[in-house]
Amino acid sequence: MNTTFRIVTGGLQTTIQDLGRVGHQSAGVPGGGAMDRAALRIANLLVGNDDGAAAIEAALIGPAITFDGATLVAVAGGDLEPSVNGAPVPSWHPIMIPRGGTLRFGRARFGCRAYIAIAGGIDVPMVFGSRSTYLRAEFGGFEGRALRSGDLLQAGAPSALSARLAASLPDHGAVARWSIGGTLRPRYSDDIIVRLIPGAHAGALNDVSRERLFDATFHVSSNSDRMGYRLEGVELALDEPIELLSEGVVFGTVQLPPSGVPIVLMADGQTTGGYPRIGEVATVDLPLMAQLKPGDRVRFRPISVQDAQKEYFNHERELTQARYAIALRR
Amino acid sequence: MRFAPLGDHAIMISLGSSIDEATNRRVRAVSAALRAQPLAGVVDLVPAFASVVVHYDPARVAGDTRVAPYDRMVAELEEQLEHAEAPDVSAARVVEIPVCYGGSLGPDLEDVAKRHEMSPDDVVRIHAGGDYLVYMVGFMPGFAYLGGLSPRIATPRRASPRTAVPAGTVGIGGDQTGVYPLVSPGGWNLIGKTPVRIFDIHRPEPTLLAAGDRVRFRQITLSEFSDWPS
Repeated sequence: MNTTFRIVTGGLQTTIQDLGRVGHQSAGVPGGGAMDRAALRIANLLVGNDDGAAAIEAALIGPAITFDGATLVAVAGGDLEPSVNGAPVPSWHPIMIPRGGTLRFGRARFGCRAYIAIAGGIDVPMVFGSRSTYLRAEFGGFEGRALRSGDLLQAGAPSALSARLAASLPDHGAVARWSIGGTLRPRYSDDIIVRLIPGAHAGALNDVSRERLFDATFHVSSNSDRMGYRLEGVELALDEPIELLSEGVVFGTVQLPPSGVPIVLMADGQTTGGYPRIGEVATVDLPLMAQLKPGDRVRFRPISVQDAQKEYFNHERELTQARYAIALRR
Repeated sequence: MRFAPLGDHAIMISLGSSIDEATNRRVRAVSAALRAQPLAGVVDLVPAFASVVVHYDPARVAGDTRVAPYDRMVAELEEQLEHAEAPDVSAARVVEIPVCYGGSLGPDLEDVAKRHEMSPDDVVRIHAGGDYLVYMVGFMPGFAYLGGLSPRIATPRRASPRTAVPAGTVGIGGDQTGVYPLVSPGGWNLIGKTPVRIFDIHRPEPTLLAAGDRVRFRQITLSEFSDWPS
């Protein structure tokens, strides 16, 4: 019998997410999925899941969740003050929650989003090949919406590895001493430097703006969500306006609307857009971006697409090594 | 044909800079070629008016791994697309969309008619008499960008957008017309509504329209609209 768990309080915006949808963008269906993919994947590895299993994403104010049986979980990403039955627990470690125990979160002390992986993943239907919640079109996840008080969910069947990791911890509750290598954890901060692959229209910025793009500090506006972040504080302008046809954009595209306030498209960003594109955030730096909250600061540094792909491979190699190391644990 | 990085997981193939059927046929030819013989590593395609975005997994691109995946992918695409041929347009699917025009379902029909100094019936006759091409689907699930609106009823977007336009509403925005697949904010002039679901995740093929389809609108009465089987 797989674990069931009940949402006691929903938090601000708690959704089920995995690595998103692939292959449906020509129908206008966005990729979606976890904003901080690194945290989601590490949390899953810590409980013996596939790294892309469905987990819970909590933003700014986290939920409280009661588990009906002893359950192996892990929390990763931003620090939203996790505790089990009132006692604080660390992020980035496997945690055994005792039968009837409650995992409760508070407010974001650091970062913006926490990921809660549960051994076996979360048993919700696949929509377009993913369990991710897409709030705008109200599909995926749990009934296409954010979780709220009273929701009853079920975990999937735990893997053999999950069972073995769980067996190494006492049923009455404990935090594993082991964790994941420090270099794999993204270096979150509220004042980050993000690497940007210059976009199709970076060269069309006027002289002042071209300097500002890699020099100035931008602030995340309060008008920011899973679809996109508006960056305030420094306005950018093109030499002359460009009339563009709508065309494909990606998670990490930095658009420049006529207002001069750049928008970074995030996980739920639309599939196509018609604003000039000044760059795309390197995939390895998207987790840093995903943990920013309104008021936080970001600066950009240029990186070539070739170097961004090298960084991506380095990160993937480390994650693979961590996966092997966890699989060998007894 | 120009290639450019769109981040480290996608490539933009640019095929032109205007909205016209010839350019869009090349877009469809490129997507058809890439679908017919998928290259290693390609995970998604996003055809648009005059471009195709190829989403790829850098770890799965073929070729010499000492060369960056981006450069390998561009070389593979160049080779594959050298001889991409335009698809047979006579084979285009024609989709008929029933629309109940005016009244509370199309609150801006009168305004559009006044602007062009014609009667609401004239606007309906011109709109329903048109032959439209789905240039692309994007922006939101199932949203089809239609070309072919008669300049006689082209109407600028409203000064202040509505916060919630119901799903199924048919609108005119500039020289474009289309149907809102989901409830959404919108600045188009709303002239009617279809009882047909443009996007429905419970159907095996959730989107009604795909790039390359031809669309005709057919006027129906309010009672036909109300009795439409859902």
